[in-house]
Amino acid sequence: MSDPQTTGARAAEAGRDVPTFVPPADIFDTDQAIIMLLDVPGADPAGVDVALERRILTVSARSTPYEPENYVLLHGEYQDGNYERAFTLSDEVDGERIDATIKDGVLRLTLPKTTPSPAKKIAVKPA
Amino acid sequence: MTMLMEYAGGNGRWPDLFRNMRHSQEEMSRLLGGLRLVPQAEFPPVNVWTGADGAIITAEIPGVSPDQLDITVHGNTVTLRGKRDPESVANTANTIRQERAFGDFTRTVVLPFRVDPDNVAARFERGIVFVELPRPAADKPRHIKVARA
Repeated sequence: MSDPQTTGARAAEAGRDVPTFVPPADIFDTDQAIIMLLDVPGADPAGVDVALERRILTVSARSTPYEPENYVLLHGEYQDGNYERAFTLSDEVDGERIDATIKDGVLRLTLPKTTPSPAKKIAVKPA
Repeated sequence: MTMLMEYAGGNGRWPDLFRNMRHSQEEMSRLLGGLRLVPQAEFPPVNVWTGADGAIITAEIPGVSPDQLDITVHGNTVTLRGKRDPESVANTANTIRQERAFGDFTRTVVLPFRVDPDNVAARFERGIVFVELPRPAADKPRHIKVARA
């Protein structure tokens, strides 16, 4: 698996001045599925988008910036922003059955593997 | 966190820079196949907001359940202590990539004023903890009317 698009650049379609981050990910492989965990703190569950096109899995999530009224930021170590990351899958995955759940700011994706079609035998006929 | 005071009155320029630095560091270590040449930035990252009524501390702690987080307030010092457990995945699973860290963490924030420990409220939402720290009524800045002699 590789992720060629982890530049952390601003998303092209993000109209507002909100940075886009590459969420750190854990990836596990089991017999039936690939399980991915992504840290997306602050992400709005309704703003999570998972798309699989051919073998490129794109995950994006949006968050609403937190700006308390009558307060000023005295010290900041993180910024609110959107998340975006793309992965190239090496296994055949059933795009229809991808399961995505979000809990405590962690997005968990379960990508069920498609059952491999039995190898076709090609008989070689003597000429 | 002694660096807090140095940025008092900052307009958000420094934090931005640090965030970018941290992210490029993480990118770099990812490119090197997870070999961490650069020490991981302190966990969790915190933002400190101040106003006339007090302070709000927010921290990004995705994957930490609220009962695994302990917040203590003493005078002007706030400590976040907790534990981030690894997510449960089938035992037979092979790890392909591991970028998320887990384990114990502690962060201490020193505020420029005392807070009222009895009225501290914490809320946990979408992997972010929001700690509201009001100033004691007696400590709040008072407006002094200036009268002409």
